[in-house]
Amino acid sequence: MLRVIVRRLLQLVVTLIALSALIFIWLRNLPGGPVEALLGERATPERRALLTKALGYDQPILVQYGKFMQRVVTGDFGNSIRTGDPVTEVISRAFPATIELALAAMIIAVGLGVPLGYLAARWRGRSLDNLTIAGTLLGISIPIFFLGYLLKDVFTQNIHWFPPSGRLTTGLDNTNVTGFFVLDGLLTREFDASADALWHLILPAITLATIPLAVIVRITRASVLDVLNEDYVRTAEAKGLRHRTIRGRHILRNALLPVVTTIGLQTGALLSGAVLTEKVYNWGGIGTLITDSISGGRDYPVLQAIILLAALIFVVVNLLVDLSYAFIDPRVRVR
Amino acid sequence: MSDPITQAGTPAPRPGDDKPRPGMSERSIGLLGDRKKARLDELARAGVDQGGVSLVRDAVRRLRRNPVAIVGAVIVGLFVLMAIFAPLIAPHDAVQRFDELTKNLTVDTIPGASGDFPLGSDPLGRDFLSRMIYGARQTLFVGVLATLIGLALGVLIGAIAGAFGGWVDVVLMRLTDVMLALPSLLLAITLVAMASRSSQWTVIFAVAIVSVPIFARLLRGSMLAQRESDHVLAARALGVKERNIVLRHMLPNSLTAVIVQATLTFAVAILDAAALSFLGLGDPDINRAEWGLMLGVDGQRYFEVRPELAYYPALAIIVVALGFTLLGEAMREAIDPKNRR
Amino acid sequence: MSLLDVRDLSVVFQRRGEQPFTAVDKVSFTVEPGQTVGLVGESGCGKSVTSLAIMGLLPKRGNKVSGEVLFEGTDLLKLRPDDMRDRRGREISMIFQDPLSSLNPVIPIGVQVAEVLERHQGRDRRQALREARDLLDAVGIPDPQRRLSEYPHQISGGMRQRALIAIALACKPRLLIADEPTTALDVTIQAQILTLLKQLVDDTGTALVMITHDLGVVAGLCDTVNVLYGGRVVERARRHELFAHARHPYTHGLLSSVPRLDSPRGERLHAIRGSVSDNIPWAVGCAFAPRCDNVVDACLEGPPPLEPTATGGDLRCNNPVSEEVAVL
Repeated sequence: MLRVIVRRLLQLVVTLIALSALIFIWLRNLPGGPVEALLGERATPERRALLTKALGYDQPILVQYGKFMQRVVTGDFGNSIRTGDPVTEVISRAFPATIELALAAMIIAVGLGVPLGYLAARWRGRSLDNLTIAGTLLGISIPIFFLGYLLKDVFTQNIHWFPPSGRLTTGLDNTNVTGFFVLDGLLTREFDASADALWHLILPAITLATIPLAVIVRITRASVLDVLNEDYVRTAEAKGLRHRTIRGRHILRNALLPVVTTIGLQTGALLSGAVLTEKVYNWGGIGTLITDSISGGRDYPVLQAIILLAALIFVVVNLLVDLSYAFIDPRVRVR
Repeated sequence: MSDPITQAGTPAPRPGDDKPRPGMSERSIGLLGDRKKARLDELARAGVDQGGVSLVRDAVRRLRRNPVAIVGAVIVGLFVLMAIFAPLIAPHDAVQRFDELTKNLTVDTIPGASGDFPLGSDPLGRDFLSRMIYGARQTLFVGVLATLIGLALGVLIGAIAGAFGGWVDVVLMRLTDVMLALPSLLLAITLVAMASRSSQWTVIFAVAIVSVPIFARLLRGSMLAQRESDHVLAARALGVKERNIVLRHMLPNSLTAVIVQATLTFAVAILDAAALSFLGLGDPDINRAEWGLMLGVDGQRYFEVRPELAYYPALAIIVVALGFTLLGEAMREAIDPKNRR
Repeated sequence: MSLLDVRDLSVVFQRRGEQPFTAVDKVSFTVEPGQTVGLVGESGCGKSVTSLAIMGLLPKRGNKVSGEVLFEGTDLLKLRPDDMRDRRGREISMIFQDPLSSLNPVIPIGVQVAEVLERHQGRDRRQALREARDLLDAVGIPDPQRRLSEYPHQISGGMRQRALIAIALACKPRLLIADEPTTALDVTIQAQILTLLKQLVDDTGTALVMITHDLGVVAGLCDTVNVLYGGRVVERARRHELFAHARHPYTHGLLSSVPRLDSPRGERLHAIRGSVSDNIPWAVGCAFAPRCDNVVDACLEGPPPLEPTATGGDLRCNNPVSEEVAVL
């Protein structure tokens, strides 16, 4: 078991190093790289040369990369070109917001997707099933930022159920502990802040949940259909077990194995979707940071760090999913 | 945004079976690794099993009886016709600004429907209906080109890896692993952001690159599955040159799965292109009429003023994406041996 | 009163847009308490569907079941689904062909045995597990305590079938239906499992319905044998009667296709011509006619009736095999 984990971690490190090298080299060789981004197109050659030297861009690329990696290992990704703050600080400020949003979306996607997928499979070919399938197809075909605007229009302009944007009502103060506002409110007993944060969270979370929800419904449905045909479900029926027991212990327990994997893969979709969702709802997370880092002149140090972080999250989550699989499914041989 | 692999059917490791069998190793934790990979390889094998003409004929026969496939095909067909005949269908030119429209433009009003302009004006006083119709053309262009570039690069990498095996395979697949490790839209964003100036081509290229590893994996898996198959061994025993085996025997058989994937990729491509436009990374040409661009830029900016500017392109994108997805899923179902009766 | 009295049981599968297919066609047979009854036939003859219909385990949609299944006088087909659920596993049990796929792969063996006791005997988990250990011991699984926490993939095929037998007999049912219980097992294991089944039903007085295509199984186990063909009973006889004087050409064919140690050297094994796909519908004539050596004109002029024989059995044949030619 331990050897597997170590090997997977090594693979992870290799992947990340390769990725960082690719990005690094690419960035440095593009016309109008960071120097032009900082000075604008019309800067004099002298000023460019000065900044190029100051940033160390005149050194051989391998030396630059070596220095970069040296600093990265100590957690130093340089400073943001846009604000001058250390990249690590900029990112760690935005990070909890995105995680809170992504977690909420995942809870919705799993909490709704699994029961829906199960019901659709049980009522295969009936109207509930057809409706669910149609819904999932629509879910993966709709641009989610458009869905975001649509929801925002309906629920904040026409009927004022939810606030249109942000994470907290302005003027309301909360104590920052973890950066997850809903949790913070609970921890510090500022329940009004917690409720307010939750209220702000709902629409963005629904928007972000769309695609993972659609995918989870489909996987669950397909998986339950497979399991329903299994002989052990017939055995369970032949034992005269209660419906509840058969559903939970014999059907869902087996059917959810592929769903667990899907949840891991959906982290990617969540990270991508967060960029769009955060822009729609002005949610100050990593997504907004990406958008800002691109539009206000390309803030390469920040972008570079975010990309590595996203890859790291995706790979780590999938590693965790694979490991958890070993515990859920006794047949998975631990090598 | 949408990731074609995660939309695929079950990557179900079939429960209730512990007999040793091919594919078993994927269940063990060491290789459990990227489930995306496993799923792609599984899909690749699906196209190989029976190979040849009978498979295609069989699949086509099933497709023609499947209402889902028919709906998908009709949508796709109408979309392509609209794109081809846009100049004949559209009442006006797509880039011409009309005085009777521009004179009514203010900060918070954009003229709606009127006699000559059934869908009203866009923010620059151009005929919105004509732009929607011409939009089919540009959208088809972006989608097809992005899909084709991704397919070409992916097939090239996958074919080389699958045909040669050995260290070539290892190196190329490591490369695709790195690309698969990044969420698709994020990869596209990165690519566009790294190009100093965005243009229609940076969008097409970024969206295309995202699908390269998917095609590469798919083709490689299919080629590897065939290397040991009887018809390839037979060809080799007959002394057919290795190059001809790859080109004449292996590649054609692998293409079914690739074509299906391309259909699904098209839907993702136009959705991703729209997302890039929304993030301000799209084509900066203000004359270009493309649905993703119309939705992502004007639709977003003037949503409060005239939501139709978002509704129509969004509806068009949804319907077309749905059409390609339906067709692709139906095709995949048709070639999947599991569904063969 | 018989323990189980199946009367005119029919199962018709009807899928949308397809011709209805009659899998079981007015099948009748009885099982007395403690008796072992065989249902014999090739795959597709309707024997498994019959057993699933008795258990109420056919899919809810796409089929129509008619007739009566009287279990101690109660028609099981008329019971409410929940009442039937209460009886399954307690009064009537079933074991299936493939022991591997019939056990849940992700749940320990112990729980799979214990859950029947929890459900029907009101035991709590601890008590049920203790009884489960004794049950595993009784079906001859070595080291039962350790097996309780093991998973199906960790034990051998024969062991899995033993575990399934333990599950089926946990509540001491009055009827056990075994659907090809040895087909998926190694030949060496088959005999052990059959011996075990025989011993257990003898000990507990459980009646057994043995579904098989293997006449060897019937010879060692069954008191009465029903031979099914094309969804109908074509011959019914007591075991010895059947082996000594098989009257129906199909039964006769089955018997002569079994290799025997005492047959003359060089004699070729008999094979029944064609396959089930050659069958004609019973409405037209005898379904077996196209494959039959004894076929006469009457066979194609309508279905032959099932008629009592002199030896106390039943036979559905216009031109039965004469007794002199019988194999044994």
